[in-house]
Amino acid sequence: MSDATLSPAAMADTMPEQLTTADGKPLKQALIRAQSHARRRAFLLVAPLLAFILLTFVMPIGQMLHRSVHNEGFTWHEDVASGERTRIMANLSQWFDQNELGTEPGEAAFAALAADLVVLREVKAAGQAGTRINYERSGSRSMFTKAARRAQRLEAPFKEAIVDLDEDWLDPDLWRVMRDASSSYTANFYLAALDRTKDADGNVTPVNENRQVYVKLFQRTLFLSIVITFMTFILAYPIAHLLATLPLAKSNLLMILVLLPFWTSLLVRTTSWMVLLQSQGVVNDALVSTGILADDNRLEMMYNQAGTLIAMTHILLPFMVLPLYSVMRPINPSYVRAARSLGATSWTAFRRVYFPQTVPGIGAGALLVFILAVGYYITPALVGGADGQLISNLIAFHMQNSLNWSLAAALAALLLGGILLLYWLYDRLVGIDNLKLG
Amino acid sequence: MKVKTALLATALTTAAGATFAQEVTVMSWGGAYTKSQVEAYHKPFTEETGIKIVSVDAGNPATPIKAQVEAGNVSIDVADVEFSDAVRLCDEGLLEEIDLSILPSAPDGTPAEDDFIDGALQDCAVANIVWSTVFAYNTENVSDAPTTISDFFDTTKIPGKRGLRKSAKATLEMALMADGVASEEVYDVLDTDEGVDRAFAVLDKIKDDIVWWEAGAQPPQLLADGEVVMSTAYNGRIFNAAIAESQPLEVVWDGQILDFDLFVVPKGAPNKEAAMDFIAFSTDTQRLADQASWISYGPARKSSGDLVGIFSDGSTEMAPHMPTAEANLGNALVNDFEFWVDKDTELNERFNAWLAN
Amino acid sequence: MALPTHASRLERIWHYTYLVICTLIFLFLIAPILVVIPLSFNAEPYFTFTEKMLKLDPTGFSTRWYDLLLTFGMTDPEAPRGWSWWTDTWTNAAWINAAKNSVIIGLFSTVLATGLGTIAALGLSRPEMPGRRIIMAILISPMIVPIIIVATGLFFFYSSIGIQNWGIPYLGVILAHATLGIPFVIITVTATLVGFDHSLTRASASLGADPVTTFMRVQMPLILPGVVSGALFAFVTSFDEVVVVLFVGGLDEQTIPRQMWNGIREQISPAILSVATILVLISIALLTTVELLRRRSERLRGMSPQ
Repeated sequence: MSDATLSPAAMADTMPEQLTTADGKPLKQALIRAQSHARRRAFLLVAPLLAFILLTFVMPIGQMLHRSVHNEGFTWHEDVASGERTRIMANLSQWFDQNELGTEPGEAAFAALAADLVVLREVKAAGQAGTRINYERSGSRSMFTKAARRAQRLEAPFKEAIVDLDEDWLDPDLWRVMRDASSSYTANFYLAALDRTKDADGNVTPVNENRQVYVKLFQRTLFLSIVITFMTFILAYPIAHLLATLPLAKSNLLMILVLLPFWTSLLVRTTSWMVLLQSQGVVNDALVSTGILADDNRLEMMYNQAGTLIAMTHILLPFMVLPLYSVMRPINPSYVRAARSLGATSWTAFRRVYFPQTVPGIGAGALLVFILAVGYYITPALVGGADGQLISNLIAFHMQNSLNWSLAAALAALLLGGILLLYWLYDRLVGIDNLKLG
Repeated sequence: MKVKTALLATALTTAAGATFAQEVTVMSWGGAYTKSQVEAYHKPFTEETGIKIVSVDAGNPATPIKAQVEAGNVSIDVADVEFSDAVRLCDEGLLEEIDLSILPSAPDGTPAEDDFIDGALQDCAVANIVWSTVFAYNTENVSDAPTTISDFFDTTKIPGKRGLRKSAKATLEMALMADGVASEEVYDVLDTDEGVDRAFAVLDKIKDDIVWWEAGAQPPQLLADGEVVMSTAYNGRIFNAAIAESQPLEVVWDGQILDFDLFVVPKGAPNKEAAMDFIAFSTDTQRLADQASWISYGPARKSSGDLVGIFSDGSTEMAPHMPTAEANLGNALVNDFEFWVDKDTELNERFNAWLAN
Repeated sequence: MALPTHASRLERIWHYTYLVICTLIFLFLIAPILVVIPLSFNAEPYFTFTEKMLKLDPTGFSTRWYDLLLTFGMTDPEAPRGWSWWTDTWTNAAWINAAKNSVIIGLFSTVLATGLGTIAALGLSRPEMPGRRIIMAILISPMIVPIIIVATGLFFFYSSIGIQNWGIPYLGVILAHATLGIPFVIITVTATLVGFDHSLTRASASLGADPVTTFMRVQMPLILPGVVSGALFAFVTSFDEVVVVLFVGGLDEQTIPRQMWNGIREQISPAILSVATILVLISIALLTTVELLRRRSERLRGMSPQ
């Protein structure tokens, strides 16, 4: 039922010009009106849901992503109880406007800073402002809190007084960061999400090696997702083939074994794997009691990458089996038989005749599994230990623990961008309509 | 317009306050510790005032507080947090100030300010216990019992997995002490970049053998299940697992790190008044002593000390299990809250980068 | 799959190896789910089979962890088990309360998702629907957008509109879960409408039926199995969801998955396994229902199973 065959233009073209409806209107116009009426009616049916999704899903995510470029940590302070907003760092921001990047901060700059520190002290915003600077220059937070604590006692010459507190106040990099932060909009969180920063002159450079995390985590997420996708493919192909070639009564029974995990709570499945894979767990116990392993040589399969890999492969396996099965079921067995009768070995017949016909199913399954794996959170959090964490876990960490919400948003935006790209690809190659659930 | 909004906000909060006045939400650390507070504070408080206590747990209550207050969505009335977190949150204006005059005097009339031990009373926080981070081992899984903090980081002497709290605080100090830094110099060393590098170098050596824990209830469990041979832990949790549940666990006091836990009220707490009443009630001499009969943490009032005697099992003497007992203070470190107030963000950032690599 | 009589020795060997491999993979799929069932009856607080259990000694088994599910959180678990004991359980036990919350949230979000989703699916399956592809992509996207992104987005959004002060309990979680359930409803309902002959509705209209009657008498019987299995999917999605609840749920809005999550992160006791066992049994029941519905739907639409 493609749209083209029923489009008004196509239909109208086939109509002779002079035809009219019973009430004398040209048939062409009446048809167009009827068509647009039908279109409107169809759209009205979808509209409530579309509005709902836009409101409860698209908008919140958009609003969150806005934080990735917008941070008022160094520009505004909002009192949590009264909601009163105070402009902070106003003097310094003015100095930055008047002097361009690279200007040596002199007494005027430090006097502005000292005045701002007094405000920070008054509204208790030193921690907030320091934290904002600390996002880009580690070690800055304590400089702000210390300086603000002594702000009232600072006297001219301010440069000397402030540098006396901490030599680092002279660091040109610090001044570059403060300059960037004195505007509420910045792209620096995207740089941070890619392990990049700016140097004192504003050039993009990699961050110090012992602080590089995110690129590595993106790579690990991609790598683990590829491995998981591949493992689900290896495991799904044989059983999908078996299910597709068995008589329907039998295959329906076996299909339950695939669908039951699909219907079982994710937390239940993750718990089960913890029970199985712990070093004192069922699998290790069985291996030790059968003498395959020595008691002090138990396998480490939990709280590391192995745990994440095994549990996620299991959890995502049904998403690979189902599309493969739906492609394999209609394949006519007589093709393979024909190949065999023409002299092909069973391997050649499989490779040249059967396998190519299953490629669309592999593509659909692999894309789906990969998309789902890249965004996984719960399973790595519970069984991943330190090195089995994925990018989602880091987003959660910055959301809940470090509270660097702008960085969390930037990481989320990068992840979401990648996923939407794959989703678009999936729609082009497979078609969302072909998504099946059992 | 602004006035109107403010009025409306006040009206709404009062309305909400009126509806839920008979309930206070208290967030603590879970497990045996929460249980000790429920027994010693919550139940008697509800009995006396009729106000219901909703007890919720977190791995570290300081983190949800900050998120809630900054997002303007506060549902916690009272939280139990560590010393440096209490000071830091207060500095940032995320906590309500506590009027210390609401705290009752000791039974002998000593005013609260003199009765609480030094540092236990802050602008926004009132301490309830002194606790410590120690390390413990399972006597059934270790042939050569560890005695010093260096043993914890020595995988040749004692092979096997170690449990460590997934946080820079306490972990870095312990690593330095294991590396031979005297307890009085730990924070001076850690204040330098070389000191931090040195601590991470110690951790590097055992990185592959670490199981990280986040909730205080995990270490006793990991030890009892044999998932780790040794683990850092909050001393009271090990005590409860060893005495109340008869697990074969032993505490090593060498290199212990002492700290306060304090009650705080997040800014904008929905039931602020009742929250303050709860804090005043819970930190009186008798309640603090009562808590110490449920878990081996020292009360924050001097006057409570004499009332602490026997564990709730009716036979175990509490005194030798307290982190402040003379015999346990041989090589002890007192957590430097000022250091962590300033450095927490930075060191945890480095710590997390180290973890992920 | 039967082996032809002319198969060579090598092919025979391969054929049986293949069957063994498949059996192992099926075992991999199903064993982790079944293993929790016997372990939940462990008399000891361990996650592994004790010797007594392996010898099938009845003293190695117990229902103590199921009992714990009832007593945990009660004010007086030691009281004699009479009427007041059960009232205490019903009002105070942590797991019972979590179950109540899960069911309430699940039901409301399912109704919302199924209602909106079904109507939209009717529109989407009309050939004249404008912008069908992009709208479909938007409506299905909650299924593929990482849950952590949805949860953080909602956390800020709900905080900024102050949804917790509106006085409607669970509202935030219900709306979020409805959003997450919608893709499943859309997929299952549009699947039942594939191949739907739209001349049937025109026929019905030309015979004098109004649109509502047409819907109730012509379309509804056809899509009903899809609607019900979509609703079940939506319910399960909500019933199993933990991340959104953790981020936007109130502290008193404990659900079963949230309680499990806390349990696993803190103190993983066999009580978790007894909850898991109950959940496995529920999913078996749901799966059976969905399978029966699917077959019924295929029969109705005259699609013989190939």
